[in-house]
Amino acid sequence: MKKGNTVFFNNSPCITSFAAVCGSKEKEGVLGKFADITLDDDMYEESTFEKAECKMLSTAISLAIQKGGYLEKDIDVLFSGDLLNQIISASFAARDFNFPFLGLYSACSTMSESLLLGAMLVNAGYVNRVVAATGSHFASAERQYRYPLELGCTRPPQAQWTVTGAGGCVISSEKKGVKIVNGTMGKVCDFGVTDVNNMGAAMAPAVAIIGP
Amino acid sequence: MTGRTRDNYNENYLNYVKTQDPPTQHFKNCLSAFGVGGLICCIGQFIRYMFEYAGLSGDELAGATSIVLIFLGCFLTGLGVYDRIGRYAGAGSIVPITGFANSVTSPAIEFKTEGWIYGMAAKMFTVAGAIIVFGVFSGVLVGLVYLFL
Repeated sequence: MKKGNTVFFNNSPCITSFAAVCGSKEKEGVLGKFADITLDDDMYEESTFEKAECKMLSTAISLAIQKGGYLEKDIDVLFSGDLLNQIISASFAARDFNFPFLGLYSACSTMSESLLLGAMLVNAGYVNRVVAATGSHFASAERQYRYPLELGCTRPPQAQWTVTGAGGCVISSEKKGVKIVNGTMGKVCDFGVTDVNNMGAAMAPAVAIIGP
Repeated sequence: MTGRTRDNYNENYLNYVKTQDPPTQHFKNCLSAFGVGGLICCIGQFIRYMFEYAGLSGDELAGATSIVLIFLGCFLTGLGVYDRIGRYAGAGSIVPITGFANSVTSPAIEFKTEGWIYGMAAKMFTVAGAIIVFGVFSGVLVGLVYLFL
């Protein structure tokens, strides 16, 4: 059933297990205590930040599968994406698994998009279990969108930090865990914010303000 | 937020965003930029006096001083200290020659992971490139003005 841009799920797909990996700065925050794994080292024992991002995502996915007591063959499809060009972290993380991968790019809303699409697929009865996951890394995003880390420039007070972390959850047709009741498909709202340091102002209209 | 047209709507929103941004502390920023920038210049002047004492003069003296300052800028960038100074000092550490050294060294470090040639060497000037282009361009313009005067 669809009402406006919101779809309602009759068969109530459920989030049966989930896992999160985060960096040290995120650990200090209010959500820090919910992370399964915290990185002491932002490189995650890899040679580049991109590889670290990929490894975080891969760890989050396999941990989510493991925590739910599933095996790799129980998963029908993976929905995943990240912030880098050609969603490389998600694509390379998907190499580690033996189930199909559907890549998504939706910037900061990749996680909600993967949950929405995963729930739709499970609700329709095409598949039984879907993994929805996403990841990002402060250092790799900073390099792609803004300036090199060592450049001595100032951050304006309203600047945001990209999260170093990854999360994944298993959406299943089994009736346990957190039920997904509905999901809203978002429109693109561009109010002309061009400041790369003020992502909050650029994204807020999509959530809070009804356009003209 | 009373605009009806698209353009007007955006403009109203941007104005609203501006009112919500935490204010930049111009006075404090100017003060720390002045302090740190001045300190860098004092260090430069000290180095200059030392070279003068050692017997250098003219272009050699200016060159040697710049070389030492550029080295210090690169070295501190490599140690991961310069970006911290920059965060505190703002324009104070960007404007002197050490800031220029930092803007070349930092992408070089950043892109080293993509390889020596296609990474470090090719992307070394992503930040400083614009400064070099307009620096050379304005040099040519000034040169032409001198030629015809």
